[in-house]
Amino acid sequence: MTTAVLFRQVSRHFGPVRAVDAVDLDIAEGEFFGMLGPSGSGKTTCLRLIAGFEQPSAGHIEIFGETAEGVPPYRRNVNTVFQDYALFPHLNVLDNVAYGLMVRKVPRAERHARAEEALAMVKLAGYGARRPAALSGGQRQRVALARALVNRPRVLLLDEPLGALDLKLREQMQEELKALQQSLGITFVFVTHDQGEALSMADRVAVFNEGRIVQVGTPQQIYDRPRTRFVADFVGSSNVLPPALTRALGGPEAWASLRPEALRLTAPGAGRVSGTVAGLRYLGAATRIGVAVEGATLAALLPAGRPAPTPGEAVGLDWDPAALHPMEAG
Amino acid sequence: MRSDGRRAPLGLTLAAAGGLAFLHLPILLIFLYAFTTEDKSYQFPPPGLTLKWFAVAWGRPDVWAALGLSLKVAAVSTAIALVLGTLCAAAVSRSRFFGRETVSLLVILPIALPGIITGIALRSAFSIAEIPFSTWTIILGHATFCVVVVYNNAVARFRRLSGSLIEASMDLGADGFQTFRHVVLPNIGSALLAGGMLAFALSFDEVIVTTFTAGQQQTLPIWMLEELVRPRQRPVTNVVAVAVVLVTFLPILAAYYLTRDGEHVAGQGK
Repeated sequence: MTTAVLFRQVSRHFGPVRAVDAVDLDIAEGEFFGMLGPSGSGKTTCLRLIAGFEQPSAGHIEIFGETAEGVPPYRRNVNTVFQDYALFPHLNVLDNVAYGLMVRKVPRAERHARAEEALAMVKLAGYGARRPAALSGGQRQRVALARALVNRPRVLLLDEPLGALDLKLREQMQEELKALQQSLGITFVFVTHDQGEALSMADRVAVFNEGRIVQVGTPQQIYDRPRTRFVADFVGSSNVLPPALTRALGGPEAWASLRPEALRLTAPGAGRVSGTVAGLRYLGAATRIGVAVEGATLAALLPAGRPAPTPGEAVGLDWDPAALHPMEAG
Repeated sequence: MRSDGRRAPLGLTLAAAGGLAFLHLPILLIFLYAFTTEDKSYQFPPPGLTLKWFAVAWGRPDVWAALGLSLKVAAVSTAIALVLGTLCAAAVSRSRFFGRETVSLLVILPIALPGIITGIALRSAFSIAEIPFSTWTIILGHATFCVVVVYNNAVARFRRLSGSLIEASMDLGADGFQTFRHVVLPNIGSALLAGGMLAFALSFDEVIVTTFTAGQQQTLPIWMLEELVRPRQRPVTNVVAVAVVLVTFLPILAAYYLTRDGEHVAGQGK
């Protein structure tokens, strides 16, 4: 499989700040790749390094086998959907979408036809004459998407693509983006701080922390087998167990992750461990139950419809031993 | 502003009317004296009305020379100001560098300083450098404050121009020049037009800096001053003033209508 984007020991320093610190990255052609991390973790800087808005302080970047250092953004076959969409306010929607073709001197008739086509692809056929200011947030984002895709980039970069949309629209756009990526076969690289978004859309996810990639893997690998405490904590709020507790619960003496949904409530004494209910939080589809065990509180998810215990009640907890996943301390 | 239909008190209405009259009646007097039959002093009321001063003014070569020089100086210094002011505004608002605040202050300084200081400073600088006075020394003097006007207009608009627009343009394949032409210029165009017109107007009626940098040449305002001292064909000055008012009023009106709906251009979205 062809490598679309390759990072080797890439760093980007802003003065004393190591925004990106010795990152290695291999993104395959046709992959939907997510970069997940808290704000300031270096994921957006990585995206800007691919786009060409930043140059690496050290290291080597290749895009489809070609060295990217020193190549300006306008000579890269890469397009970006910006977080604030960055639509040109003085141009109507059609001219916004046709902009990339216009600066490449594509004849007017052809570029308008292709722009119309791209607008139809994002379900905005007939909106060409409007001004960006007259569109809703979701529509602006579709225009930004069409404006990038009309240039037929080999890599499409999306910076927090769904950040500014409301929940309903966000879920809808997640599905549309996924479908669009599959039908076009273009490599998509997106940045998000929303783990749900990363897990549901990406083929593979890189988890960033403090300028470094902590773990790369499929959403299942990231979720089920977090490599470090940071990943376990950041991707879905897992129970992160210190070594002593892991040992008390029957594991090795190491940090470990135990997903709340892997815990089952039993009668006191019937499970692997007993404790008392410390608190309940109703989440709709499930209830999150805090159980005080061995001096710590473990969270367990109880699916909706099951009888919930009351605070102070003695309960047992059971789990599949494989769910207790040991991790590196990092 | 007030929609409840209550009327302003009579005293306030009279005061406002009086204020406006005080501002604008003298301008009407200029128009009136352009038609007077008496040419030694501004006698009121004019003993008679005539159109002959228009013909006299038309035939005076010194009027044309002064007008031509003023137009040339204003046009060239505005052009210089548009280029330098825009570049300077772009640098100050789009990038961070050592001494940025200082540069910003130094650019604005010529308009904050009294014109007489700028004038003396330039005059001594010209004499030290042994630069003879010419049209170009006038233009140089005027450019110092014209740059400020363009800069101030442009810098405000640049600050509202989202940086990601420029990145988006580059990302879509436009190089620096194409980005300037297709994205930056359309978004700052009306600010440049307003700044340019103001610079032109400032240069066109500038007296103080000009007296220090002009040598023997006369721009229109200096010609007018000299004419008022000499009691010869006085209404010719008024005729020229009327012409200047008419000629400058039209472009300003045009600029007003052109820039009025330019407010939505930048800063849409957020």
